Amino acid sequence: VARAGAIYGRGVDIRHRIVILGGGTGGTLTANRLQRMYGDRVEVVVIDRDDRHVYQPGLLFVPFGMADPDEIVRSRRAQLHDGIEFRLAEVDRVETGGHRVHLVGGESIAYDVLVVASGASLLPDETEGLTGPGWGERIFTFYELESATALREALRSLDRGRLVVNAVDMPIKCPVAPLEFCFLADWYLRERGVRDDVELTYVTSLDGVFTKPVAAEHLAGLMGEKGIALETEFATGEVDGAGGRLVSWDEREVPFDLLVTVPLHGGPAYVGRSPGLGDELGFVATDPHTLQSRVAPNVFAIGDATNLPTSKAGSVTHFEGETLVENIRRFIDGDELAATYDGHANCFIETGFHKALLIDFNYDVEALPGRYPEPHVGPLPLLKQSRLNHMAKLLFQWVYWHVLLPGHEIPGVGSQLRATANQGERP
Amino acid sequence: MSPLTLEGAPVDLDAEGFFRKPEQWTREMAHDIARDNGIDELTDRHWQVIDFMRTTYRETGSAPTIRTLGKVSGVPVKELYQLFPKGPAKLAAKIAGIPKPRGCI
Repeated sequence: VARAGAIYGRGVDIRHRIVILGGGTGGTLTANRLQRMYGDRVEVVVIDRDDRHVYQPGLLFVPFGMADPDEIVRSRRAQLHDGIEFRLAEVDRVETGGHRVHLVGGESIAYDVLVVASGASLLPDETEGLTGPGWGERIFTFYELESATALREALRSLDRGRLVVNAVDMPIKCPVAPLEFCFLADWYLRERGVRDDVELTYVTSLDGVFTKPVAAEHLAGLMGEKGIALETEFATGEVDGAGGRLVSWDEREVPFDLLVTVPLHGGPAYVGRSPGLGDELGFVATDPHTLQSRVAPNVFAIGDATNLPTSKAGSVTHFEGETLVENIRRFIDGDELAATYDGHANCFIETGFHKALLIDFNYDVEALPGRYPEPHVGPLPLLKQSRLNHMAKLLFQWVYWHVLLPGHEIPGVGSQLRATANQGERP
Repeated sequence: MSPLTLEGAPVDLDAEGFFRKPEQWTREMAHDIARDNGIDELTDRHWQVIDFMRTTYRETGSAPTIRTLGKVSGVPVKELYQLFPKGPAKLAAKIAGIPKPRGCI
């Protein structure tokens, strides 16, 4: 499908078409980086079904009135550099053998290189009863803007009873977000003077509050200090909205008056309709170090849409961007791909009371104490609550729109983990 | 390392009883491990799950989650809990002689 024609530089070049599915964090920063690297020597096309780019870390704050819905949504198109084509369309399926994306409605578009960047989808219907009686009345999720906004009203009128936060099963986007929700709810209810009358419980399918042991222990301690009850290894089988009960597969029950759920996640729906592209949950089977898909050498994936064993988080997507763009260049030039992505993730964890904690880890190194981004120097402390971390989290929204999406480097913040240089630090 | 033996052969187990080396496992050992964990008899349905666990581990390098088991193993989640009470993904991994499921990230 490479079309000869345009004449550039020293000779006749082939102008490649790179199609990017998804205009969120990964798709936008990839498109902008490619555009800056190639100018008009390649054609970059971004396809998304709507023009609403949600700053997802902001969703956490909406239920508590700390962010307004319209503050965290911008145009997808407006985040893309000039020269990038943006198309509003729904993808039906990808034909990896024929190098073609088929759109709903019958049209199709050929590609030389494809990037799947459509994120994860929420699948509340996969849990029995979750979207039945009570959905939108006493059952909400803050993982989606409309429900997060409706939850604000429900929280405002919660004066007593049981507030339950439940992450149904892994994987979920930003695995620390349900914990942050608990910490902020504790603070919010204290401010309102009703905390003593509300029982707050976190229910998780994991055997601890988080997947990385040192951080999990630290966070569990914080939950205890704040009087947040913990129910672990709870595999939610059914939600009884009318009766206000969570029921596990092994027949344990947790009663609730207000349920904040994090529904099951899957990959983009079209991945499931594209033979060979995804795993059984619809995430793209991807090489963890090069970001090339397993299905075809000219298909890559970034961000939440991959099946990589690291967090589904914006920081991961950002760190992957460098490896992805370099490998697209190498693929087009016929060079060997660089296996440079190390699973690096970092997350700010809001703990309430104007404080936050920061964790930094990768495939091999778990979240440890120390300083970030410069080992021993910081300025941000790792695995420790501080006002500075909270300020950094708030500042990050500006950085997201103005530095990260345009595809610039964040000064001092490298794509690879450096936390091991912090060895010897004590929590 | 571990002084443990099963069916007369040495096995290398972690603190919770999961195999560190799946190649040390034999089908005969599965019965012993199952009995130690309250399952008196391994039926064909148990074996369907155990074989699926081992195949998935061999192909992907990690144990399947309960969700994957429910979707792909051919045994629905409800039944998985009847076959392997409490935590099917963990218990089936233990009996199938593969390392402890890493959970997720």
